Amino acid sequence: MVGTGDYLILAAALFTIGVIGVLTRRNIIIIFMSIELILNAVNINLVAFSMYWQHFTGQIYALFVITVAAAEAAVGLGIIIALFRNKETINADEIDLLKW
Amino acid sequence: MMTFDQILFYALAVIAVLSAIMVITRRNPVHSALFLITTLFCVAGIYLQLHAEFLAAVQVIVYVGGIMVLFLFVIMLVNLETLSQERRFNRQWHIAILVSVVLLVEFGTIIWRGKAALQLPANQPLMDTLTTNNSEQLGVVLYQQYMLPFEIASFLLLVAIIGAVILAKRRLSSDGK
Repeated sequence: MVGTGDYLILAAALFTIGVIGVLTRRNIIIIFMSIELILNAVNINLVAFSMYWQHFTGQIYALFVITVAAAEAAVGLGIIIALFRNKETINADEIDLLKW
Repeated sequence: MMTFDQILFYALAVIAVLSAIMVITRRNPVHSALFLITTLFCVAGIYLQLHAEFLAAVQVIVYVGGIMVLFLFVIMLVNLETLSQERRFNRQWHIAILVSVVLLVEFGTIIWRGKAALQLPANQPLMDTLTTNNSEQLGVVLYQQYMLPFEIASFLLLVAIIGAVILAKRRLSSDGK
């Protein structure tokens, strides 16, 4: 029997890897993929607790997280395309239009 | 002695974490995307283990079939020749990794301390509320108890479609450049 704690530790590991990706990479597309990793880690937590409490709410929440992830990916990739067209770069540290 | 459940879980977890590490370290974004697909498949397997069959199917269809194809499409649209020679990581990566390791240690400590409370009683039979007819029961809960959030989610998707089309449209500035 795999305990709920094991699922939580796996989710924490995936979450941390995603955070490292967001904080260290320069390529915006990889930063987006790291955000997907973070959302997946959250989903594992929700489904594990759904199993633990024998209740459906966790799975419904995970479903909504997947919906929001899809919307976020569509809008984010649209932003990347618009950015690339205007600035000719997809490196996060070269995009400093808001820097004063 | 490890049971089949445990062997399956640890195999899926190790593959998921290893390919997640590959996602954030590969130079070529296409390789990252392919490793992310591996991670997503492993997470779908973990959903199956947790008796969330419908979510596992949604994970494969929406993430692997939809979002990752979108990612690969955009990578091919904006692929730069100079990308392969550039630095992969930004200047603050030492601090970032330090902060992340502290975060992981915090998570680990909290989960470790609460581990006894999280353990399910060993021989308690699973209630059939979650395990039988998962999709049917999920649908009933979703369309009755969570009707309003469901409608709001559909509205969010509509807004996202329009936003993505407007953002990716050619002429963005009004000066007609």
